[in-house]
Amino acid sequence: MTETLLKVEHLQTEFRTEGGVVKAVDDVTFEIKQGETFALVGESGCGKSVTALSIMRLIPNPPGEITGGSIEFDGENLLDLSDSDMRDLRGSKIGMIFQEPMSSLNPVLTIESQLAEPLKIHMNLSSKAANDRAQELIDMVGIPDSKTRLRQYPHELSGGQRQRIMIAMAMSCTPRLLIADEATTALDVTIQAQILDLMQDVTEQSGASLLIITHNLGIVARYADRVAVMYAGKLREVSDAPSMYANPLHPYTVGLLRSVPRLDSDKGTPLAPIAGEIPDLTNLPDGCAFNPRCKWAVDRCSNESPELSEISPTTQVACFEHSSVTLHA
Amino acid sequence: MTSISDPQTEWELAPPMSVRLRGMLRSTAKASKRDMVLAVSIIILLLGFFLALFGPTLARTDYERTDPINRMQGPSLDHWFGTDNWGRDVFDRTIVGTRLSFLVGFSVTIISTVIGVTVALIISYFRILDAIMMRFVDGFLAFPTILLALALISLIGPSIGNVIIALSITATASKIRLVRGAVLSLRESTYVEAARAVGVPVPRILLFHVLPNIVSIIIVQATFTLASAILAEASLSFLGAGVPEYVPSWGNIIATGQGYIQVGFHISFFPGLFLTVTVLAVVLIGDSIRDHLDPKLRGRLKTTAQ
Repeated sequence: MTETLLKVEHLQTEFRTEGGVVKAVDDVTFEIKQGETFALVGESGCGKSVTALSIMRLIPNPPGEITGGSIEFDGENLLDLSDSDMRDLRGSKIGMIFQEPMSSLNPVLTIESQLAEPLKIHMNLSSKAANDRAQELIDMVGIPDSKTRLRQYPHELSGGQRQRIMIAMAMSCTPRLLIADEATTALDVTIQAQILDLMQDVTEQSGASLLIITHNLGIVARYADRVAVMYAGKLREVSDAPSMYANPLHPYTVGLLRSVPRLDSDKGTPLAPIAGEIPDLTNLPDGCAFNPRCKWAVDRCSNESPELSEISPTTQVACFEHSSVTLHA
Repeated sequence: MTSISDPQTEWELAPPMSVRLRGMLRSTAKASKRDMVLAVSIIILLLGFFLALFGPTLARTDYERTDPINRMQGPSLDHWFGTDNWGRDVFDRTIVGTRLSFLVGFSVTIISTVIGVTVALIISYFRILDAIMMRFVDGFLAFPTILLALALISLIGPSIGNVIIALSITATASKIRLVRGAVLSLRESTYVEAARAVGVPVPRILLFHVLPNIVSIIIVQATFTLASAILAEASLSFLGAGVPEYVPSWGNIIATGQGYIQVGFHISFFPGLFLTVTVLAVVLIGDSIRDHLDPKLRGRLKTTAQ
């Protein structure tokens, strides 16, 4: 068994808003092994980006705050690190790619100066060495004509190219973990696949782990080794990707899978959307947060909140009725 | 591929200022009608600079010499702008006064910009400091500029240095407010977050990531500060709270002429004209820079620059 790289335990991240305290991340526990591709799936506002920002310790405070739990990375609890130690870690050991490739590059700086920056900061490279390395990085992420590109400004590049630059930047100091927060959502479908392939290639080459945060189950199926499904701030199901597709155990996972068109389903079958709406995070329903939308809900579900419990060595689920949940109802 | 086009993204997609300025210079060279205004304004400002540097040398007489026999004369070949109530040459005094206006104007602009931008960058990252500092700024901005300057000068005495200090205070306060707002909104931008995510330290983020993005705002604001500082200096001199009367300044020449406006209209008219034209030129330059740098007008920029 390979070593655990990142171990998030009972993570709590809260935001104080005018409407009350929002538990954006509530008792989240998962671990990512070395070299593994881990996907965190859920709809908008379920807390997946906040989980990523918590790992980076980039939660804007106030209003947000990590109120409990631990994030162990490579044997160290990130929550105990000083601000400057944490800053040294960002970009060097953990890289992150954001959702908007259009706006994650600074419009007034050349590609070269932005790519070279983390190299100068973390690896103490001279300007010359950093610029040479920047060119290698551009070649690595498959952008042709790297010499010209280096001198260009972000507005002269397409969205896909910009996201490639972001990957190059995040991978520049060969981090152990790459976090991709909805990194392909804003791109065309064809470009999405290229970018994902690229992320997988670069992480495989350096042996880094990849944390993909997405709402797109298609991405998960093709790239992830393990998947965690998140709903209203809590993890609902954690499993190996193939077994989750074959045999989802949480009603929400089932809902997600059934709301996506599949090549192998009958053409006539309508898609089944998940009924109801995402609950208000300041005012969650009693018991299991998913119970008002759940087909399998029993009385117990509106009183008690199920904990994430182990079903098999690779699968954990938070549902009382998981044994009766099936994909083909 | 650039399928998203909400205003936020437009902002982020705007080319950097160096590129925009290059476009602006190119379009200036083409001299379309709007750019004619810019070109004329720049020429006027350059002329002003020239007078400010060489005014005393260019003066054809000793501008302080009184000549009571020739007092209150209208414009003539001997005295282009006529003479005042002491027989002093108004042309000479006006061009000598240019130096004072430019000195005060540019000093106030530079001082307020440097201090204002520095303070704004620093306080935008320290919440408590920000809260305290902004209350001071509010306090200073609550006073009308001229009133505050008058009060300060009556406290510390009239001199060029004190005029500059007095005017710099309110100018700095408004700079802090403007730049702070811009920095606060930039701080939330994805590329600043991305810079933090690769471990860039805060001072470096402020200097290399935030500051270059607000240069255009700062430049435009500086032109308006320049115009208002020149006007404010003239106002203070007019009210007798600026430089001493024997030092020529557009403001006090106008004040001198005020008493003789019905018999010697020219005394106030010419320095007033200089003042108006200079301020107008500065404001038009500011407008023009803003139009070229404002990303919301980018569509037009493209048609003129490419």
